[in-house]
Amino acid sequence: MQVTFRIQRFDPKKHPIPFFQKFVVEDAHPTDRVLDILHRIKWEQDGSLAFRRSCAHGICGSCGMRINNRNMLACSTLLQDLRYRKPVKLEPLPGMPVLKDLVVDMTSFYRKYEAVKPYLVTKTSPPEKERLQSNEDAEKLFEAAKCILCGCCTTACPSTWTNDDFLGPAALLKAYRYVFDTRDEAADERLDIIDSPNGIWRCRTVFNCVEACPKDIDITGHLSELKRACVAREL
Amino acid sequence: MATVHNVDVVIVGAGGAGLRAAIEIPQGYTCAVLTKVYPSRSHTGTAQGGVCAALGNEEYDEPIWHIYDTVKGSDYLGDQDAIEIMCNDAPRAIIELEHMGMPFSRTPEGKIAQRRFGGHTKNFGEAPVRRACYSADRTGHVMQHTLFENCIKNGVKFFSEYHVTDLLIRDGRCLGVVAIEIANSEVHVFHARAVMLATGGYGRAFRITSNAHVGTGDGMFFAWRNGVPLEDMEFVQFHPTGLWKLGILVSEAARGEGGVLRNVTGERFMERYAPTVKDLAPRDMVSRAIITEIREGRGIKAPDGTEFMYLDLTHLGKEVINTKLPEITGFARTYLGVEPTTEPIPITPTTHYAMGGIPTDYDAQVLADHKGKLIQGLYAAGECACVSVHGANRLGTNSLLDIIVFGRRGGKAIAAYLKDADWAKLPADRDAPTRERLARFMKGGGKESAAKLRGELQDVMMDDCGVFRTEEGLKRAIAKVRELSERYKEVTVRDDSPVFNTDLIEVFELESLLGVADSITASALNRTESRGAHNREDHPERDDDKWLKHTFIAYHPEGRHEIAYKSVNLKLWKEDGDEEHFKPKPRVY
Repeated sequence: MQVTFRIQRFDPKKHPIPFFQKFVVEDAHPTDRVLDILHRIKWEQDGSLAFRRSCAHGICGSCGMRINNRNMLACSTLLQDLRYRKPVKLEPLPGMPVLKDLVVDMTSFYRKYEAVKPYLVTKTSPPEKERLQSNEDAEKLFEAAKCILCGCCTTACPSTWTNDDFLGPAALLKAYRYVFDTRDEAADERLDIIDSPNGIWRCRTVFNCVEACPKDIDITGHLSELKRACVAREL
Repeated sequence: MATVHNVDVVIVGAGGAGLRAAIEIPQGYTCAVLTKVYPSRSHTGTAQGGVCAALGNEEYDEPIWHIYDTVKGSDYLGDQDAIEIMCNDAPRAIIELEHMGMPFSRTPEGKIAQRRFGGHTKNFGEAPVRRACYSADRTGHVMQHTLFENCIKNGVKFFSEYHVTDLLIRDGRCLGVVAIEIANSEVHVFHARAVMLATGGYGRAFRITSNAHVGTGDGMFFAWRNGVPLEDMEFVQFHPTGLWKLGILVSEAARGEGGVLRNVTGERFMERYAPTVKDLAPRDMVSRAIITEIREGRGIKAPDGTEFMYLDLTHLGKEVINTKLPEITGFARTYLGVEPTTEPIPITPTTHYAMGGIPTDYDAQVLADHKGKLIQGLYAAGECACVSVHGANRLGTNSLLDIIVFGRRGGKAIAAYLKDADWAKLPADRDAPTRERLARFMKGGGKESAAKLRGELQDVMMDDCGVFRTEEGLKRAIAKVRELSERYKEVTVRDDSPVFNTDLIEVFELESLLGVADSITASALNRTESRGAHNREDHPERDDDKWLKHTFIAYHPEGRHEIAYKSVNLKLWKEDGDEEHFKPKPRVY
């Protein structure tokens, strides 16, 4: 079957004004991934098309992009998940500076991730063997630890669009992963970081992040627990 | 003019081995980790099933059994001294990861949970043992993030989206690397006192692979073209269970939790091939069993004419499937529309792991030849290296272990070396080969395209250098690789922009793939026996008298590569006297 992709093109040197380019691909299958079609376009029609990808099965988080107005991973979205009889629109993740075509500058996203101290902090010495943790406590952070840093959530959040300094869903989720890890001893430090106007309190429970997350993480739910933890400190 | 960075140590690759080495470099030294993708995207993150150690958290276990399983699993080609080091260090290494913050699934007592895995047994092969420590079925993902987060904590400096194009070795000494900054195609020279290659495998040389697109064998290629021999390249692991047609990995953990393979009649056919461990036999045996079943007419036929086997998880129950195997069941649902709780999953063997690679000692120092001479200042760890701990076939969960054990040992060895190492002078022409290729590629108008040549390479490697090989097929593959290497000279980019030119990167990567494929096919033709993952239909038996040795293959123009051999270390048999367990025997399960 035939499928048409309308892809936003941009190159600061060659095409400094973004425009949409139409590509028609023959012999596509409903079970083809969007990424498979992008590869065919690049390898068969236009080698200058730029996009990030690596694992092609939803773990590395490289291929987040805006497909028919929703943030998704190109590798985990099949044509049959879209209305592919009409042209499929592809744009880079919204709200981020575009480097080229579907490749955005993720610097601010990574900076916010690093700002929440995304690593275990302990003051007491570790035991000789592993620190014990009940399976219940371990599973509490499994969902947050599933995050692949694809950026679909943060770039779908209206609070991020209106305020560059808002930490955003992904960074806050990473804060959750450590604040609620029973082995960590820096919960207060991290809560200090996120308990700020541009931290957890700019989350307006819009739920765009939950809709966008390709790993089905209940991000807003986790952020609500962080809000509760911040308030509990005051009481 | 290329920017020159002077750093004490350069690490190429930010997967588990590279990151673990970076963590080991003391704060007083400058260290740069170069990676062609943002670190959290590295291929270690796709590993699923687990990382193993004889912790004995769920049932009694001993490191010596782990050593035995690894030696036997390697079809006796693994170096016993290196295997002993790795398996003895395993409990410490995994507990260290837990202390670093890695989340694990837990036992009811709160210890790290462990499950069964292919080839891992108790009491020297008596029955499967729970040795694989895991975090649901995304062990690699959480390990990669944990190691990266520890690097952030330690202030490790990353050069992210830098593609290395050359390794600088002069007079037996490594001086640094040359790289292209992907964002703008600028050339950078990294002048270093020590370089570690941690660039992973070469799965993308084959049509069906579990590997990410970054798996193009770059580090192995740089070593190869700089006169460093590659070791045991003929041993390519085909993981038995990749999603049909896509090659996406369905972890062995599925079988560890009780999943079974079935042919078209519904028979659990592994009972015939490995009566004791059945579906948990080593990967090379299971892959051969699957292909044999298909050849003998017991495969399930797909509408497009290809055939596959079934991985049946339907008897495991929703609880196990959804909590212990969520990722792989997600793949089955997303990509094949199959519901694992009620339907079996179509699978076929997929190119998965490189047992061979850049030869090193057990402190990750690169060997210049089969006699053990070292290249000064050059290190390699992880999948791109060959210590050898995996020999002719790797057991599952041993790779995540390999990278942290030898990544750490390499980091420590580098730290020790840096105490006294001086700076060697950079040659004047250091970035000339990179600039020459860059100019040639960017000129455009070439009559060959990288994508087409790569597709042809992937087909011939899958068909003629796959699970079953013959002399005729290998000669065909060698001729094809040679033809493609000639045609490669006519390849230019189709994208002439200096900005984020991924087409240019694919052209460089194709060069790596062709070089690696050359070393694999030549080594495979040369080894006239079957051992581990290397199976010759024209030489179906293992021949210890003639072939119990490592292949060392060194690049020579026009394909007249030099082949030498290094003996296998048999310490546990010859020096420690345990003949019963460590003298090579027929490998039956």
